[in-house]
Amino acid sequence: MELVTPDIGLIFWMTVSFTIVLAILKKFAWKPILQGLKDREDSIKESLSSAEKAREEMAKLKSDNEQLLADARLERDKIIKEALATASNIKEDAKTEASKISGKMIEDARTAISSEKQEAVAEIKRQVASLSLEIAEKLLRKNLSDSKDQRALVDQFINEVKVN
Amino acid sequence: MHNALSLYLNAKDFRLIIRVHLFFVSHLMSIFALRKPDVTSRVVQTMAKFTGVQFQIIKCILLIILAFGLSFNANSANEDPETKAEELVVGDLIFEHVLDAHDWHILTWNGHHISIPLPVILYHPEKGLDIFLSSEFHHGHTSYRGYKLVDGKIISEDGSKYYDFSITKTVFAIIISIVLLCLIFISAARAYGKNKGQAPKGIQSVIEPLVIFVRDDIAKPSIGEDYVRYMPFLLTVFFFIWLNNMLGLIPIFPGGANVTGNIAVTMVLAIFTFVITTINTNKGYWVHIFNTPGVPWWLKFPVPLMPIIEIFGVFSKPFVLMLRLFANITAGHMIILVFVSMIFIFGSINVWAGYGTSVVSMLFSAALSLLEILVAFLQAYVFTLLSAIYFGMAKVEDHH
Repeated sequence: MELVTPDIGLIFWMTVSFTIVLAILKKFAWKPILQGLKDREDSIKESLSSAEKAREEMAKLKSDNEQLLADARLERDKIIKEALATASNIKEDAKTEASKISGKMIEDARTAISSEKQEAVAEIKRQVASLSLEIAEKLLRKNLSDSKDQRALVDQFINEVKVN
Repeated sequence: MHNALSLYLNAKDFRLIIRVHLFFVSHLMSIFALRKPDVTSRVVQTMAKFTGVQFQIIKCILLIILAFGLSFNANSANEDPETKAEELVVGDLIFEHVLDAHDWHILTWNGHHISIPLPVILYHPEKGLDIFLSSEFHHGHTSYRGYKLVDGKIISEDGSKYYDFSITKTVFAIIISIVLLCLIFISAARAYGKNKGQAPKGIQSVIEPLVIFVRDDIAKPSIGEDYVRYMPFLLTVFFFIWLNNMLGLIPIFPGGANVTGNIAVTMVLAIFTFVITTINTNKGYWVHIFNTPGVPWWLKFPVPLMPIIEIFGVFSKPFVLMLRLFANITAGHMIILVFVSMIFIFGSINVWAGYGTSVVSMLFSAALSLLEILVAFLQAYVFTLLSAIYFGMAKVEDHH
């Protein structure tokens, strides 16, 4: 029976000592321990979330970079293509220009030649005329009253010159 | 060897032998547990299966065995009154260990009791206050200032009423445990101030998982949002009960006192839970008691059956809390003592029977010591969990 009879003295001391230990531990142990735990958990949570954020940012940056790189590559291709086109245009232009110039030059040359030729022919004609005149003169001088054959011969000469 | 054992069995002080046995057993157990954690955890798991009803049945059977042991000794004592002093009275021995005392017995050497005398504080309405050391009684051989010590209890010689506020063995053990608690947790709290935000170190690493266990597995799910204000009490109760349970398992000073197996101690703890629950009630709680929702009206009027049941429940909760801790710890202490005492019961019949029993007894008491280590934690957990659940129930939400 003594086993299950609470003793008044023990109740008293237990109440007093438990109240004291509760008060002491509450103030000097549980408060700092729980606060420390909470602080640490908060800081861990915070650093985890910030790490996550940094990771996301990094991924975003990476995708941005990739986009940029792709854009640059596209731009480069475009530029190269354009440059190639321009170059071929220039080449084409140069070719046409060159052929035009050369054509013109040939034409000029031809014109010049033909005019030269004309001149030369005229000159020859003049020469021939003068020569003919000279010849005629000579002939006239020598055989002014000569036979008709001679005269025919002169005519023939002149005609031949004209044909040329 | 034979002579040594019979001398050993006939020695007047069995308490010392029991303590030495238990001391070695617990040491061997702890060494084994440290060396083979996997085996130990398997054993603990197997034992944990028996903690429910089965374990209660085992305890009952063992208590019946104890009762037979008592009657056996009582008979033999009656038959031969002259040798009574020499006989081992197992019942007295066990109760002496489980009950409170006015001195802290350490050992008896050649018939001399070596014990720590504790202060006796008595208040008599007429004679006033008396404070003296329990050694004044000379183990009950002499009376002092009109008081005498009979079977560990102080009684006044003239039979008048007085109040005993002595620092008994249990009170002394409570003070020791309080000092230990303060030392452990204040130093841990210092560590939290010192390495703020760092990983736990030293004593921090030991207590932190337990504090988090009480917070996240007991307080948060049972109480909810408002758990923070109950945390100091829950933590204090948990560690107070656990430390005292564990100290109770250590057979030598300063352990061995049956603090959490004392009904006054568990009563005070249960009253604390009850008072905190009642202070923190809300309107819904009282409505729930006096006008339980969802119950047919004829259960409340004219005979207020439900309110009576509910009010009974309010008081039965802390009462069961008190009894559970007390009964579990006391039974645990008793069973281990019974197993050890069996060696001497059988040894007093036949020395060789004593030899034989000692092997079995030691194995059993070793296994039970291991189980008690589990129970020490389990009971602290159960008390704290139930307290937390009652705190949570004191705040009834209106939604049902």
